[in-house]
Amino acid sequence: MKRIYMDNAATTPTDVEVVKAMEPYFSLKYGNPNSIHSFGQEAREAVEEAREKIAHLIGANSSEIVFTAGGTEADNHAIKGIAWANQKKGNHIITSKIEHHAVLHSCQFLEKHGFKITYLPVDKYGLIDPKDVEKAITDKTILVTIMHANNEIGTIEPIKEISKIAKKVGIYFHTDSVQTVGHIPMDVNDLGVDMLSMSGHKLYGPNGVGALYLRKGKKIVTLIDGGAQEKNRRAGTENVAGIVGMGKAAELAKKRLNQGKEKEIVRLRNKLIQGIMNKIENVRLNGHPTKRLPGNANFCFEFIEGESMLLSLDMEDVAASSGSACTSGSLTASHVLLAIGLPPEIAHGSLRLTLGKDNTEEEVDYIIGNLPGIIEKLRALSPFKENWEGLN
Amino acid sequence: MGMYSDKVMEHFKNPHNVGEIKDADGIGEVGNPVCGDIMKIYIKVKDNKIIDCKFKTFGCGAAIATSSMITEMVKGKDIDEALKISNKAVAEALGGLPPIKMHCSNLAADGLSKAIEDYKKESKVKK
Repeated sequence: MKRIYMDNAATTPTDVEVVKAMEPYFSLKYGNPNSIHSFGQEAREAVEEAREKIAHLIGANSSEIVFTAGGTEADNHAIKGIAWANQKKGNHIITSKIEHHAVLHSCQFLEKHGFKITYLPVDKYGLIDPKDVEKAITDKTILVTIMHANNEIGTIEPIKEISKIAKKVGIYFHTDSVQTVGHIPMDVNDLGVDMLSMSGHKLYGPNGVGALYLRKGKKIVTLIDGGAQEKNRRAGTENVAGIVGMGKAAELAKKRLNQGKEKEIVRLRNKLIQGIMNKIENVRLNGHPTKRLPGNANFCFEFIEGESMLLSLDMEDVAASSGSACTSGSLTASHVLLAIGLPPEIAHGSLRLTLGKDNTEEEVDYIIGNLPGIIEKLRALSPFKENWEGLN
Repeated sequence: MGMYSDKVMEHFKNPHNVGEIKDADGIGEVGNPVCGDIMKIYIKVKDNKIIDCKFKTFGCGAAIATSSMITEMVKGKDIDEALKISNKAVAEALGGLPPIKMHCSNLAADGLSKAIEDYKKESKVKK
């Protein structure tokens, strides 16, 4: 059996059709889209076509799409861009404790520069209460930024309700939509957002390209200064091949969503969750049971640690991820798992399996069949095999 | 995974001396749940020599491999000799550890020292 990839929330394989669409834009149609000659113009045409496809995927107008070097840049651009543009109006930003680091660290940066940030708590499922957003608003609030769906536990946030609150009082609303664009049907007008961040490589497109949806008429300060590219909203010669790839990926994603293909991923995901919950004891599902990303399954297995699970799974040819300290690159467990109220020792035992469009039933069955043995073997090493007692 | 040496992976795949010693002469526990590593080292001592050593560990690959390695390193050693084994020596015996693991998961020698301390306390009480 070949290797099983269940880490699609980290990155997705670039679709072969996407690669094919990109290929001419390296050595054949290599013009700078800002040049007047035919080389430039064919590149310009390709960039604008991609822009339309991405706009179409999220119900936007193509002039509202600004290309960036990825989802992280889009988040930085939206948050810092609004902050700098509105600092005379106010200095308060509302976000949540479970945002991606691209948002959290952008906010922490602004805190060092005199901005005040409110980090809203979440409930045990990772849901933000819109009432908490309303209560946190002051006359100094300029921006609310809440993620569309959480990358670790998959919980989908009540964006529509929150954006209504922000709109009522005239505050900008941004959502980090990196995990949802191309994976669930969505429309920026229905969601009511002013800004929305996207990433190419999370929807079967290439790395190094992303986009920010910026609603018409909303002004933000640019993050990258230079030429007049992207209508003065993002300087630098366009990543033409990358943009073309992301455009193709958006087109294919739209097609899949129109066919309801995400429902098949949900079915396999549910089978995986049920299989694991039935076969293994002392396990809990993290995230909301139904308001969650189609491909996301996230568990905590008591008495064992995440990295040792990943190593064991990798030895059985399964690629997964975890929110343990060792895998987060820090000394503490995932901020998301701690925010939903898990004690650190349980948070360290998390395992995230994220399915994509290419995962099969056979792969799901293989994991259901092999995970119990892995967990049992690691628990035999644990000083807490039967309970958490013995912990001084 | 390429982050660990072959030796680490060997010990991770087939850890040596896993378990508890029911009538242990000393038990040492190190680490804390916040960091995600806890090791328990059990020793059996006879004539000032460590004749058996077992472990139970909650933690990452490095934590498990270092625990396994130290149980191998100390068997048959004088307790004073065993006390000289450093965390660094355990890591070296494993062909090195990734830098980030040197502080958080490389605790096995500390665990052993605690077990020996525990043994010394116990034997004093008996006297």
